[in-house]
Amino acid sequence: MELSVQGIVRRFGNVTALGGVDLDVAEGEFLTILGPSGSGKTTLLKTVAGFEIPDEGAVFLGGEDVTLAPPRKRDVGMVFQNYALFPHMTVARNVAFPLEMRGVRREEIRRRVEEALRLVELQGFGERLPRQLSGGQQQRVALARAVVFGPGLLLLDEPFGALDRKLREGLQLEVRRLQRRLRLTTLFITHDQEEALIMSDRIAVMDRGRIEQVGPPAEVYARPATRFVADFLGESNLLDGVLADGAVRIGGFTPVPLPGLPPGPVTLLLRPEALRLAEAAEAAPCRGRGRVIETVFLGLSVKLRVQMEDGPEMLARVPLRPSLPPPAQDGEWLAVGFAPEDVHVIPRG
Amino acid sequence: MRRHRRISFGRILLGLVAGLVFAFLMLPLLVVFPISLSSASYLQFPPPGLSWQWYLRYLDDPSWIEATLRSVKVAALCTVLAMGLGVPLAFFLVRSRLPGIRLLDRLTAAPIIVPTIVLSIALYGVFARLQLIGEWYGIAVAHSVLALPFVVILVGAGLRTFDEAQEQAAAGLGARWPAILWRVTLPQLRPSLVSAAFLAFISSFDELVIAMFLSGAEMTLPKKMFDNIMMEIDPTIAAVSVLQILLVGLCLGLASLFGRGVLTTTMTR
Amino acid sequence: MSSPGASRRLAGRRRELALLAFATPALLLLGVVFAWPVLRLLSLSVEGGSLEHFEKAALDGLYVSVLGDSLKIAAAVTAICLVLAYPVAFWLSRAGRIGAALGLFALLLPFWTSVLVRTYAWLVLLGRNGVVNRALRDWGLIEAPLPLLHNMAGVLIGMVQVLLPYMVLPIYAALLRVDPDLSRAAEGLGAPPWRAFLRVTFPLSLTGVSAGCALVFVLSLGFFITPALLGGGRVVMISMLIEQQVREFLDWPFAAALSAVLLLVTLAIYGLIGRITRGGRLEAA
Repeated sequence: MELSVQGIVRRFGNVTALGGVDLDVAEGEFLTILGPSGSGKTTLLKTVAGFEIPDEGAVFLGGEDVTLAPPRKRDVGMVFQNYALFPHMTVARNVAFPLEMRGVRREEIRRRVEEALRLVELQGFGERLPRQLSGGQQQRVALARAVVFGPGLLLLDEPFGALDRKLREGLQLEVRRLQRRLRLTTLFITHDQEEALIMSDRIAVMDRGRIEQVGPPAEVYARPATRFVADFLGESNLLDGVLADGAVRIGGFTPVPLPGLPPGPVTLLLRPEALRLAEAAEAAPCRGRGRVIETVFLGLSVKLRVQMEDGPEMLARVPLRPSLPPPAQDGEWLAVGFAPEDVHVIPRG
Repeated sequence: MRRHRRISFGRILLGLVAGLVFAFLMLPLLVVFPISLSSASYLQFPPPGLSWQWYLRYLDDPSWIEATLRSVKVAALCTVLAMGLGVPLAFFLVRSRLPGIRLLDRLTAAPIIVPTIVLSIALYGVFARLQLIGEWYGIAVAHSVLALPFVVILVGAGLRTFDEAQEQAAAGLGARWPAILWRVTLPQLRPSLVSAAFLAFISSFDELVIAMFLSGAEMTLPKKMFDNIMMEIDPTIAAVSVLQILLVGLCLGLASLFGRGVLTTTMTR
Repeated sequence: MSSPGASRRLAGRRRELALLAFATPALLLLGVVFAWPVLRLLSLSVEGGSLEHFEKAALDGLYVSVLGDSLKIAAAVTAICLVLAYPVAFWLSRAGRIGAALGLFALLLPFWTSVLVRTYAWLVLLGRNGVVNRALRDWGLIEAPLPLLHNMAGVLIGMVQVLLPYMVLPIYAALLRVDPDLSRAAEGLGAPPWRAFLRVTFPLSLTGVSAGCALVFVLSLGFFITPALLGGGRVVMISMLIEQQVREFLDWPFAAALSAVLLLVTLAIYGLIGRITRGGRLEAA
């Protein structure tokens, strides 16, 4: 079922939690809302689920206006942050709950509960209580409960937040597979950019009650629409300057030619991996000199902080191969360069 | 396995003081047991011999039995009222976001703070005008005012530790609010509810001051005991006391088996 | 269709309305069977717009001294309870599972047993030929029986026994909230155990202490049954005076004036101790 959110405004007292949000999620799409805490993403999710009623705007599910409909009439499955499993019911009773509420016949309930538990690989756990399961297992029960009644929309509210890294990665892929298999329209909330990049068809980045940008992960990463998106998603060098006569001057570097763009104040985004160092920098169109302040070994790559001569501090990342010596030592002076086509320009207003 | 433990002088002294205070607390309860089994015809300690005569006298005296049954009736109605009204009130006080709700929450403890004698004569004045003196249900209603704060405190404490996301989850899964309350919230509050019901029952069953003013000639058990103590100290009262202590012990035992919070939330807010 | 804004506001308030509807019967009960009767009683004291009943209470030495005695008794009971309760609460908070369970049972069984039963037992225990005097004589500790009943000593013993749990429970609850690692940390930093207690554990338990003191003081100020039975007419507390005015003299306005005084003092002391509590909490923080 497709979801359409139009012009949602929600204020609490004089705090505006959502300041006019528009969002469309296509049938079967996995869309992630990414934002820092307090950005309004949870309020948005609650509005879609029906726990919050917006002051302005409307929510459409499958083309139907459900803005004022109570949660039980929305046909939405939700996985809560701490799962909200009913602790006094067994796993099977938890999963059966939405079916019982819909008056499904007993044998049918038993069959579908079993099927749902098999789907999340928990067959045989039906008679246990939630507290007898591990965190990852509880999470999968919550998922089974949210999809067992065949909802048109699945909402996931930071469902991996309480799990350790390794378990989280396994579950992320599992949830993604399940979502593809059931072709479930899914709205996923997280503040973890890596998670967002791995799982989503599209990402919507939120800040202070507004959606800053919506797009496929690769596009949002490579061409952020605002400075906030660039900064929040991945590591970045953000350089402010003024575009005049087809070029931008930044301290520490030769002018950056950017032909064909309207003049005005801009922010240049340079991802750390786009920087070239030492010999590799010699032939780069934009160059400068800098002193290495810090090197951090990251396994397959090295991250360096470089203080440019009369310029900003830059973050660079270079791939490592066992056969090659590390690119630089702390305190060493070296050439730093980049190509203008690796620069993404964000207008500043 | 043996655990090595440093046994200090301070620890022993502390244990000794605590033991003495516990003994002081239990002494009046323990002393009525031998007296109630005395074979003497008047109050005498230690009893010269053992007999069941005082229990038989209690059972044979219709006025004692009548008073007991009346007290049970009063306490039962009081429990129903205090639970039926107090549990929803606890929901309101914990959940509502109305301004002033915290003040109202504190005010519901007022019946405990206002001296019972003041409440008693205040109710006496009103009930006399309404010709409710001597009616057992009038006492039950008055007692329910005193029991209400206990219910609100206990159930409120249970509600505060309850994760409200579960109710949202149930609503999202298709449940209407009666089903949510009945299947999700109340089952998890059961320990607090059990404790609250037992405490409401005991608080009414034991209550004397209000009953003194409101019961008229139709005495509750505590009123009958009080009159008896004023007139003669005879060991029948000891027998009744033993029965009362056993009842309280039973209620407490059941409440701590199936309930929660009797211990610490009773008096701590 | 009505305006969409109105239906939205209604939907948003549905929850509040439902909660309020839930609470209405209870609030009605409190209003009709508690607030209204008490206010009606208080209004009797100023019937006809005169303060003569308060004047009578203030000018007659008898009533003033009874109020003074009541305050003194309440203060004494509070102090004795505190001294006895703190070690018990501390012991309970450090006891093992079984010890704590037994201790709490020994605390709660008397707590919930009728005040009447306990007062009756003291009559048996404290009389001239009562259990206590007899035991003391048998052990050769005294020659003549001690006067323990129908006087201040009897009243204090009886009231302390009744009110002690009200002091122990809040202190115990406060001590349970104090992380035992804190005093361990203090000892690890070089404090001897008693100083760790005085500097760390005790200040953090003060909230419980003041809650207990407020409760015990306020409850003992309005006490009725125990002083009536154990005081033998020689100890008169203000609640007994109020009862007498209603029962024997049918002087409702004067009883109402005395009630107003009792209520006022109760609330003042409750508020005062509450204020000290908050101050203490700040200090402890």
